[in-house]
Amino acid sequence: MSISEKGNPNALANAVSNLDLDTPEKPYLDSNELIINMGPQHPATHGVLRVILKLDGEKVLGTECVIGYLHRGVEKIAENRTYTMFNPYVDRMDYCAAVSNGLGYCEAVEKLMNVEAPARAQYIRVILTELNRIASHQLWLGTHALDIGAMTPLFYTFRDREEILKIFERYCGARLTTHAFRIGGCQYETYAGFEKDVTNFLSFFAPKIDEYEALLTTNRIWLERTKNVGVISAADAIALGVTGPVLRASGVKWDLRKAQPYANYSKFDFEIPIGENGDTYDRYLVRMEEMRQSMRIIEQAVGGIPEGPIMGKVPKVIKPPVGEIYHSIEAPKGELGYFIVSDGSTQPYRLRVRPPSFVNLQALDIMVRGLLIADVVAVIGTIDIVLGEVDR
Amino acid sequence: MPNFVMSYLGSTVTPGQAGNQFWALMYVLIIFAGVSVAVMAMNWLERKALAHFQIRLGPMRVGPHGLLQPFADALKLMLKEDIIPTEADQFVFWVAPLIGLLASFTVYTVIPFGPSQAVSDMNIGILFMLGVSSLAVLGIVVAGWASNSHYPLIGALRSSAQMVSYEVAMGLAVVSAVLMTSMNASGTGTLSMIGIVQAQQQQGIWFIFKFFPLGFIAFAIFAIAMVAETNRAPFDMAEAESELTAGYHTEYSGLRWSLFMLAEYAAMIAVSSIAVTLWLGGWMRPFPNLLQAPAWEFIFSLFPGLTFAGLAAIAFIGTARMPAQSFFRVQRIGLAVFAALLGFIALLLLVIAVAGRTADTSVAARFREGIDYVYWFVLKVAVFMYLFIWYRATWPRYRFDQLMRIGWKVMLPIALGVLMLTAIVGVIVS
Repeated sequence: MSISEKGNPNALANAVSNLDLDTPEKPYLDSNELIINMGPQHPATHGVLRVILKLDGEKVLGTECVIGYLHRGVEKIAENRTYTMFNPYVDRMDYCAAVSNGLGYCEAVEKLMNVEAPARAQYIRVILTELNRIASHQLWLGTHALDIGAMTPLFYTFRDREEILKIFERYCGARLTTHAFRIGGCQYETYAGFEKDVTNFLSFFAPKIDEYEALLTTNRIWLERTKNVGVISAADAIALGVTGPVLRASGVKWDLRKAQPYANYSKFDFEIPIGENGDTYDRYLVRMEEMRQSMRIIEQAVGGIPEGPIMGKVPKVIKPPVGEIYHSIEAPKGELGYFIVSDGSTQPYRLRVRPPSFVNLQALDIMVRGLLIADVVAVIGTIDIVLGEVDR
Repeated sequence: MPNFVMSYLGSTVTPGQAGNQFWALMYVLIIFAGVSVAVMAMNWLERKALAHFQIRLGPMRVGPHGLLQPFADALKLMLKEDIIPTEADQFVFWVAPLIGLLASFTVYTVIPFGPSQAVSDMNIGILFMLGVSSLAVLGIVVAGWASNSHYPLIGALRSSAQMVSYEVAMGLAVVSAVLMTSMNASGTGTLSMIGIVQAQQQQGIWFIFKFFPLGFIAFAIFAIAMVAETNRAPFDMAEAESELTAGYHTEYSGLRWSLFMLAEYAAMIAVSSIAVTLWLGGWMRPFPNLLQAPAWEFIFSLFPGLTFAGLAAIAFIGTARMPAQSFFRVQRIGLAVFAALLGFIALLLLVIAVAGRTADTSVAARFREGIDYVYWFVLKVAVFMYLFIWYRATWPRYRFDQLMRIGWKVMLPIALGVLMLTAIVGVIVS
């Protein structure tokens, strides 16, 4: 029985066009080629991603991503909620970096309304966002290593991520989908001992990064599995709109925190780590270094939190003027943009999210062609997708 | 009847050679039971050790410190619905786990736990071992094919590619150990497993240290190849969870799946036994020639009893450290009983060691000797078992083309070189 008789006919029709099958009428399963469904239920597709692989033995001839298994219509929901009501929904997109999502959304609406969060709120936002970047990278590292077969880093990263989640919990009561920020500033004042908790975390976490690196960075098997695997050139990455660590690992120094400073990132001193080869190993190194740079930012920010209000002058009912705005921030996974069209009412006329995972996922095909099945899971891991964000 | 039972104890050869069918059968049963128990213990130990590597606790609920977890697992697996996919080749699907099981258990017939503590001593023992243990891969290939599903098929193909890559280097490493057995006055070597250990005894050196570093390199090659042979991390591509969901046993469940696991763990113990026999002096205690005095003999014969006494002490400490809540009462009693059992075994072993301290032909002395042999053998194998767990906790997984590259381009040339150098050095020395 050929595969065409099973499954989703539309998806396979797309697969046919993308996978360069010469004669679509021919049964897919001939003696040389194998079409295999990886996902949506698969341990290494990070959720419900479905990748249709066309294989010659183990060699990947082409891939086709089928997405939408986690589609919740977040953008449509936005049209039926007020700006304030929609705020918690963005946390559910990239649930590993909920704080970043909230920051992007709040800043976009603030920009649309032409208000600015007070300085104290800015500092709190930066601290929490950078903590969240570390947490997101920890989750990436653990699952990525697990995909490649190293079980142990997962538990170490989750142990340390817990400390960040504890800070979130003490700050706003939630650990994962935090809803930490409000349009115009922050809802909550920092709790007593917030600064101490954060500095404690920094001194706790610095040796932990070295611990992760001791397990992986010079590990021979890790090097063999990641070096020259899933290479993407800078030109290809730019052409596909890839952003974030994936782009930077290809040697492009593009980080929105420096390129289009938002919040108050321009006040802090930090480096943008870049790679050379654009392979999986470089992306690994870039993210490891990003965690260290995030710690630098947090260190500077936590020492300089100014006194003052945490909420800007925003009306009770958020009613932005007619207009449209595109605002993007550097989320842990890449450029996270919000395009909001306002018709002057309390609800967005249209809200469009530019999710980094969705765009970066497009690079999967280029990266894995000619590699083996084992590399496909490595590359999916290294792109660092979250299906909640891909499907929204 | 007592005479019949004791008939073997006075013998210095294996029951297979002595033609003692009754004792041969007894050995088969003892080994089968022993290996099954060892697999269960290994299952618990792996989960516990791996958990502690990964800052977890591992099984804690079924019995004190999860000691009864393997039994609970076994029961659950046996009670599960037996599923055979509609599109599978039913007969082959049914037979595949048995092939693997048969292969890994048959190896034990030639593994010597002592100079006479083996089912049989074949003069081609090592060839028999290599041949039979290679059959295990047939079970995997057949299972993957019979499942009639993509992931198992790829897993099966990977494991056959894996086998051709490491078996050659593994065979050459074995040959260099066999070559070392011929470095004696008469210049005749042996393929018999017992003969190989006895050769190490006569030459007064474990083969791992012989012609250093040649013996060690050959041993290292075997140690790498045996991880690949048993499909364990970092060479577990055939069942790579993150890539092929579960590889060749994706479609298997319940009892059939547990047979695969049993075969895998039995094979792990079997290949470790082979490594111990060939390079680490098999059943010999440390320095059997150097520390030959009866006093030393006696001190070393106390080790088994002391080991169990140590285990009992750990269990007793664990009992004392259990929380005082009434919730843990049953667990505390269970652990105390377990500790008492270990202590009783320790006492028994110590009594035998003391009673049989004179090297004569009395029953106690024979018992003492046998226990010593098995103890040292099992201890050495246990080190390998721990290494298997350690590898799994530490390393990522190789890609199967990388394993093939290592097998053909690194291990094979090195194994060949070691073999030739061993031969040359052997000729020069003798």
